[in-house]
Amino acid sequence: MTNAVEEMYQEIILDHYRAKHHSGLRESYAAEVHHVNPSCGDEVTLRVHLDGGTVTDVSYDGVGCSISQASTSVMTDLVIGKDVDHGLALHEEFLTLMQGKGQVEPDEERLEDGIAFAGVARFPARVKCALLGWSAFKDAVLQAGAGDRRPEEG
Amino acid sequence: MTTTPTRPADTPAEPSQDVATQPGHDVAAVREQFPILARTVAGHPLRYLDSANTSQKPERVIEAVAAHYREHNANVARAMHQLGAEATEAYEGGRSRVARFIGAARAEEVVFTKNASEALNLAAHTLGASLREGDEVVVSVAEHHSNIVPWQLACERTGATLRWFDITEEGRLDLAKAEREGLINERTKVVSVAWVSNVLGTVHPVRRIADWAHSVGAVMVVDGCQGVPQLPTRVADLGADLLAFTGHKMVGPTGVGVLWGRYDLLASLPPFLGGGEMIEVVRMTGSTYAPPPARFEAGTPPIAEAAVLGVAADWLDELGMEQVAAHEQAITRYALEGLQSINGLRVLGPTEAVDRGGAISFTVADVHPHDMAQLLDSRGIAVRGGHHCARPLHERLGVQSSTRASFYLYTTQEEVDALVEGVAHTVRFFGGTP
Repeated sequence: MTNAVEEMYQEIILDHYRAKHHSGLRESYAAEVHHVNPSCGDEVTLRVHLDGGTVTDVSYDGVGCSISQASTSVMTDLVIGKDVDHGLALHEEFLTLMQGKGQVEPDEERLEDGIAFAGVARFPARVKCALLGWSAFKDAVLQAGAGDRRPEEG
Repeated sequence: MTTTPTRPADTPAEPSQDVATQPGHDVAAVREQFPILARTVAGHPLRYLDSANTSQKPERVIEAVAAHYREHNANVARAMHQLGAEATEAYEGGRSRVARFIGAARAEEVVFTKNASEALNLAAHTLGASLREGDEVVVSVAEHHSNIVPWQLACERTGATLRWFDITEEGRLDLAKAEREGLINERTKVVSVAWVSNVLGTVHPVRRIADWAHSVGAVMVVDGCQGVPQLPTRVADLGADLLAFTGHKMVGPTGVGVLWGRYDLLASLPPFLGGGEMIEVVRMTGSTYAPPPARFEAGTPPIAEAAVLGVAADWLDELGMEQVAAHEQAITRYALEGLQSINGLRVLGPTEAVDRGGAISFTVADVHPHDMAQLLDSRGIAVRGGHHCARPLHERLGVQSSTRASFYLYTTQEEVDALVEGVAHTVRFFGGTP
């Protein structure tokens, strides 16, 4: 017997939570940021390494709930090895999905495992959990100076 | 009307059948006075286990708020008409009633604020006005942020030093270590600790600490947010010089807090916020200030809230604070036993119901408190997940956050059973074996 909350916890989310991808802090990075959720205490230290316009690595050390940890893990899968611009565009798409109150249909081609978080959008208290790692990524990229080429991201 | 569990048909309908219930404390009858306890959440009966956060309100309190606005609404102390007199009487009546509830020597010792945080800020700001470099302020690592940050601000402004009590492995204030370190000494000007920890539930030995503070001439401030709603309160016995607490945790309305202070101490303190009602004479070249409590109540106060806090005090005294404390103790003991039957569950703080209030914070291996709280909520069980505004304490305990279940005079054994079952279910959901 499951309910709406239990359905929110897709197997993909639990898998990423149990075995986080790209976890741990690695050397050689263009910027490091520390983001916290003051209301709940979730924290992430996140580093990005860039090579020109490409995200060559995202490493992180975080503590928090399954949603924040799994979301960060999925995010790294989606942005490492891709263009910075692509990563920032995905951040926008994920943000739209999270703010959509469950009414936005996610694009599986682009968000891949990220679509598992669609159900989270129906629980406003958890949206900030899902966004923690993504916000840190965007902040780190901007601090590394890579986002300056995209004025609409300003 | 009530969500109290159905008893086996062959047992008499005696409240004492509920092992967590004290003789004379009829939980079912109490619950019938709280309309919200009859509602459902996510298709389940509401199991409200977040009373340390805010308590629910009995019908009489809810009705009193409406009745005040319906019949007596006006501003206080300045309106020269009948309604103004009635509103003033209601507001000052609330003050007298609260004074009686805590055993204050006179009503003028009760200052109304908007909440306990403001009361503690008032204390820190006004006591802070006489702090100097080299002075010391003592708190504890187990405090709520509202009893840490105002003192940090006061120390930053004045150059005074903030020091703190550590806790023992069991989670009690480490008085022996404090004595070895000379924590309270001739440089100590203020000591401020909670009566009851909002995370660990521990009842701190406030009287002993107050005697120690007084022996060096320091002022003793007590955060009574969790203590006053649960325990019979006599400020003289407590040993406090200032006591902060809030209305909404003691079946009263939100928007009103209290700073009780010894009158001679209050009279020696400078104003906090400036504005209407806190003055004596205002001239462009300078002003003089009203005596307490008006000195600390600038602007229109929480009139209805303060009046109704008096109604809440009536309600609690009719029930009997001794009964409330005994029920809290019994239900906490029952919950400690139930929760600790779960594999991998760690109770933060004392694991036995000795000198312990009705809040139990715990961690469970591999399940984050947010996930725990949301899974429980989906079964109608309301708890709090996070650091409960006590991040330094969680850091000291080596945990990032915890789940807290907290009980009050309406909590039933069946609700605790539902909690234990819900926690076990959540552990299984995340792949563990409870």
